[in-house]
Amino acid sequence: MAWMSWTLPTALFFIGIAVILVGMTTWQIVSPCVERRGFLPLATTRGDRLFIGLLSSAFIHLAFVALTDVNIAVATVLSAFWMLILMRWG
Amino acid sequence: MQTKVENNKAWLLVMPVFLIVAFSAIIPLMTVVNYSVQDIFDPYTRYFVGTEWFKQVMLDSRLHEALLRQFIYSFTILAIEVPLGICVALMMPTKGRGASLALILVAIPLLIPWNVVGTIWQIFGRADIGLFGAFMSYIGVDYNYASNPMDAWLTVVLMDVWHWTPLVALLCYSGLRAIPEVYYQAARIDRASRWAVFRYIQLPKLTNVLIIGVLLRFMDSFMIYTEPFVLTGGGPGSSTTFLSQSLVQQAIGQFDLGPAAAFSLVYFLIILLVCWVFYTTIMNMQKDK
Repeated sequence: MAWMSWTLPTALFFIGIAVILVGMTTWQIVSPCVERRGFLPLATTRGDRLFIGLLSSAFIHLAFVALTDVNIAVATVLSAFWMLILMRWG
Repeated sequence: MQTKVENNKAWLLVMPVFLIVAFSAIIPLMTVVNYSVQDIFDPYTRYFVGTEWFKQVMLDSRLHEALLRQFIYSFTILAIEVPLGICVALMMPTKGRGASLALILVAIPLLIPWNVVGTIWQIFGRADIGLFGAFMSYIGVDYNYASNPMDAWLTVVLMDVWHWTPLVALLCYSGLRAIPEVYYQAARIDRASRWAVFRYIQLPKLTNVLIIGVLLRFMDSFMIYTEPFVLTGGGPGSSTTFLSQSLVQQAIGQFDLGPAAAFSLVYFLIILLVCWVFYTTIMNMQKDK
């Protein structure tokens, strides 16, 4: 695995993604979701909202890095809030 | 009463694909993420730099210019190839030997490898030995793709249109052949014009194949590398240097693995976003119908 040049932050990032995917799969098995319409302009499933949330979080991080000198942790906290809002009301 | 038994064993059938994708895409992508946060001198000498490469890449004017060129290029070729592909498909014969011959002739450009296409057009466009270049000189146009950026763009766009319009045409042709004859009979009874037949019968029935065609051509053109690299080498200057060529220059030419990895991830996210927007828009249009 050394050839992959792992670092602690990237390892934690991928563990986080894996935990989210396993969690979402378990949630889907326990309680299958139904497509619905929230504040997003399209009907979405839980998985759609997760994808939209992860993609938009990536762009939130990029915007913070490119446009500000604020600590990246602020973008992470903001993204987490955005994910919660999106998953609940999106 | 017979009850339906449900289990998830069928997911095991997906496992080989998952393993192949993991090996060919997920693990390399993870490695790129790891590279993007480090300054790598060699496999054993590397330093964590956090988001430094992302900041550098995102503020790099060369990347902005390459991104703009890439969007202009992709939307230009889509604007030409999709209508042209539909026209070619509509004009292709539907029965007899002519149909088989037309299919073979239209498919020929698709069978030629990318680097050979670049070489063909490199020779084709030369004023001294190429047919296209000689023709342009003959009609009095001062055409030189090696020194004039507009000529280089024209040649790169023409090359892509020549190479990939057949894909759109073949997809549309298959879509047109799948329309039942009764639709045309009904149109004839209603004395529908040729345009009305196209607008209200053929075009709606082509939507699905056009979704595939637009997505394939967008993704492919957005990642284009070999053809412009062989034809113009990204020049003159950097007028035909697209995103993937900038990336290769950085990763292999300068061996800046960290910034190149950050660049790759930004590139990947842009492609993911645009494809998702395309896909969602088109699928929702389908649902609304």
